[in-house]
Amino acid sequence: MGKQYETVIGLEVHVELATKTKIFCGCSTAFGAAPNTHVCPVCAGMPGALPVLNRQVLEYALAVGLATGCQINRYCKFDRKNYFYPDNPQNYQISQLYLPICHDGGIDIETPEGVKRIGIHEIHMEEDAGKLIHDEWEDCSYVDFNRSGVPLIEIVSEPDMRSADEVIAYLDKLRLMIQYLGASDCKLQEGSMRADVNLSVREQGARQFGTRTEMKNLNSFRAIARAIEHERGRQIDLLEAGEKVVQETRRWDDAKEYSYAMRSKEDAQDYRYFPDPDLVPVAVDDAWIARIRKRQPEMRTEKRKRYLEEFDIPDYDAGILTSSKKLADVFEAATAICGKPKKVSNWLMGETLRLLKENNQDPQDIRFSPEHLAKLVDLVDEGAINGSVAKEVFAEIFARDVDPGQYIEEKGLRIVRDEGALRSAVEEVIAANPQSVADYRGGKDRALGFLVGQTMKAMKGKADPAAVNQLLRELLPRQ
Amino acid sequence: MELLELSALELGRRIRAGEISAVEAVQASLSRIKEVEKDVHAYVTVDEEGALTRAREVQKQIADGTLNGPLAGVPAAVKDNICTAGLLTTCGSKILGNFVPAYSAQAVESLERAGVIVLGKTNMDEFAMGSTTETSAWGVTRNPHNLAHVPGGSSGGSCAAVAAKECFFALGSDTGGSIRQPSSFCGVTGLKPTYGTVSRYGLVAYGSSLDQIGPIAKNVGDCAAILEILAGRDEKDSTSVARADGRFTEALTDDVRGLRVGIPGDYLGEGLDGEVRAAVLKAADVLKEKGASVEEFDLSLTEYAIPAYYTIASAEASSNLSRFDGVKYGYRTKEFDGLHQMYKRSRSEGFGPEVKRRIMLGSFVLSSGYYDAYYLKALRTKALIRQAFDRAFEKYDVILGPVAPTTAPKLGESLSDPLKMYLGDIYTISANLAGIPGISVPCGTDSKGLPIGVQLLGDCFKEKNILRAAYSYERGRADTASDPAKKAVE
Repeated sequence: MGKQYETVIGLEVHVELATKTKIFCGCSTAFGAAPNTHVCPVCAGMPGALPVLNRQVLEYALAVGLATGCQINRYCKFDRKNYFYPDNPQNYQISQLYLPICHDGGIDIETPEGVKRIGIHEIHMEEDAGKLIHDEWEDCSYVDFNRSGVPLIEIVSEPDMRSADEVIAYLDKLRLMIQYLGASDCKLQEGSMRADVNLSVREQGARQFGTRTEMKNLNSFRAIARAIEHERGRQIDLLEAGEKVVQETRRWDDAKEYSYAMRSKEDAQDYRYFPDPDLVPVAVDDAWIARIRKRQPEMRTEKRKRYLEEFDIPDYDAGILTSSKKLADVFEAATAICGKPKKVSNWLMGETLRLLKENNQDPQDIRFSPEHLAKLVDLVDEGAINGSVAKEVFAEIFARDVDPGQYIEEKGLRIVRDEGALRSAVEEVIAANPQSVADYRGGKDRALGFLVGQTMKAMKGKADPAAVNQLLRELLPRQ
Repeated sequence: MELLELSALELGRRIRAGEISAVEAVQASLSRIKEVEKDVHAYVTVDEEGALTRAREVQKQIADGTLNGPLAGVPAAVKDNICTAGLLTTCGSKILGNFVPAYSAQAVESLERAGVIVLGKTNMDEFAMGSTTETSAWGVTRNPHNLAHVPGGSSGGSCAAVAAKECFFALGSDTGGSIRQPSSFCGVTGLKPTYGTVSRYGLVAYGSSLDQIGPIAKNVGDCAAILEILAGRDEKDSTSVARADGRFTEALTDDVRGLRVGIPGDYLGEGLDGEVRAAVLKAADVLKEKGASVEEFDLSLTEYAIPAYYTIASAEASSNLSRFDGVKYGYRTKEFDGLHQMYKRSRSEGFGPEVKRRIMLGSFVLSSGYYDAYYLKALRTKALIRQAFDRAFEKYDVILGPVAPTTAPKLGESLSDPLKMYLGDIYTISANLAGIPGISVPCGTDSKGLPIGVQLLGDCFKEKNILRAAYSYERGRADTASDPAKKAVE
């Protein structure tokens, strides 16, 4: 029997804040603009330009700090981290080292062994760097400073996690919390949430931590889980072979399921941190903290509880609806309009999640308006369209946010209330399907379903199935 | 010639009165520049066309009443580390030899809004590092009082331009004495305001926590009037403050009765030239005669100011100057293999020796393992120096002393011994460390005819105290001695 190893994991999570403008200037943070169009002398590092802190950044950082039970530094400062790289126009990054805004908090995660607290060492604010675009054909590189100065918070956990499952649970909780706060959309794929994994292994029961490595370039929860398993295995193999783990930064290649060393501690840079003299220290007083605390939105647990009481929907529904801020927002908005919570919930839990999955999206990507969903629920309720047409209409709402009322009129999908038209359609179906008619009369109920289907088809779906059913029973009386 | 003798305020008054036009004032300055620049070399860039165009616009606005400020139409020069949109801003360095900013410094915008006309950019020590204007990549500036001597630095170009009447006033920047010391050497009046009074937006940073822009002019009244235009909170500079007491010209009362003046004994000891000492003490006597109380006291901690200053300023500079890397603007080496060689060569070729020395010094004091021993200790020293001034200002309204230990040295004497050059900053740098305002006022000449300045320091935000003392002294001096500012290059 070989030795038993324990994995020790701490995370550094970068979250891009949802401010409209950058952390130290008025440039837009919008994603996807043409290169160097969201740039000014400040975020391009021009001589003489000076940073001025965006107050909203501080408020978001405080909101996240309070939600994660952190202590708030009443006097906090920004520091410069000095290093040369072309994506960094000043050749220093404005960050926080000595007095970060939040410290010593933690969040509870669910594990098979029960609730576990994951400590948060600190949360600090900093600016993002620009983006380098390498042109392999011309042997040169271009810099896009649109992202330079986009605000980030870095949430540094304690080394409290012991497995990939715990890491995912922690990240999931953190992400949901930040989404609920509106502080970020936290999309891993787009990079608005990025997690670096610090991992070491030690023999079960050992008191000392092993040597850790830092893993970068993890763009999905799956990549994180895979990278953790891989790195754990790699380190144990080293130790089993009598070798040492080298403290280094590694880069994960998810396609190849493999990581490689980027730089070791020996060539780690000396960042020569010092307080940024261009920014004044920030004093946070009790009144400010109280104001932010008061503004904190309802978080998932409270929301879930309220859904049960207020909307009388199953706990299962409430659990899923609150698992995404966006889903919960759409649910509440649509319900407020149509007043039919369970029906709205059904659309969100059924078709919405199915289509999202089909498109490889998550609830953050929902683009349709709650008004249109509410209207669809009403249209079905009024009997204006039947269930299968409703699904078809919803697909259009989901994809293009169409107005369902308008859409069914344009496409002529409204149920035909014309008794005569329906009667002649049913009569035609009866005439064309003598076998099924005989079967039904002979007691086979299933045959009636077939006849209803045939009638619906003849009506191009625009009939009310209940009315068709009713009419068939009338015309084919059984003794 | 008579026009060029006018103070900025007097010129402004005559322009408003219609006796002189802004265009005439600019033309007079430009022809004076043409006449003396080959000797003085105060300017790096002269914007002849821009200044004349602007003068015509300003004159029109004065005529139609939209511009009526005290300095409307007055031609001025701007130190070359203060950004001017569309006009070369080199900081006296090869690395910014081709840099034309797309924006103007807030201070320049304030002047332009007041109708001041920018003639050009003045020479300076590279990135304001130096005390002689000899570290400029564009050649030395000569002292208009004696061309064999330096004008001081780093705002040597601005001070020489004012002294040689190549402009009516100039903007300088002061990180450790860079306005006051060259003002003293050139026989002009230079004011370093309280840290935060003038926006630093657009001032190419040297030591960000110490840098201040300030006026250099022919007399105290001009300095007060210029500061009124410059001072104020700027949303683009987090370290700038709103000044409720911004009417600085109100302090020009020629009344120092009851004013408490202290002279630090520490500033009169070893190393101070005898002639400078005598002239400074004579200035104190003038204030005493006018009703101020004057006494000597012990300021203490003076000897720690220089090491603390060079540690803090160099540390900040090492970071501030890292953006000059050949990637985005400025000088890039011609041949290189890869990014790191491009960085290395561009910076090696682009920066001069004094700048490199301070970048290395600054990088060292910030490096891991040395941060606490040097940088942090320097910050603590800075705090103690601030406290020493706090104690002094409980007893005195104004601290009076020399600006520099000597008058202007000869060209070429200083650079060979940087340590000696650093020691020359001893009386000026404490004001930057403490953030307090200081003014240099001409107080005579030495036996070689070189100007001497007296320095008046006030508590934070008490510019009015030093302006009051300086103005009163200036009035008294005019009665007792001839004005040294009037003697430069004839």
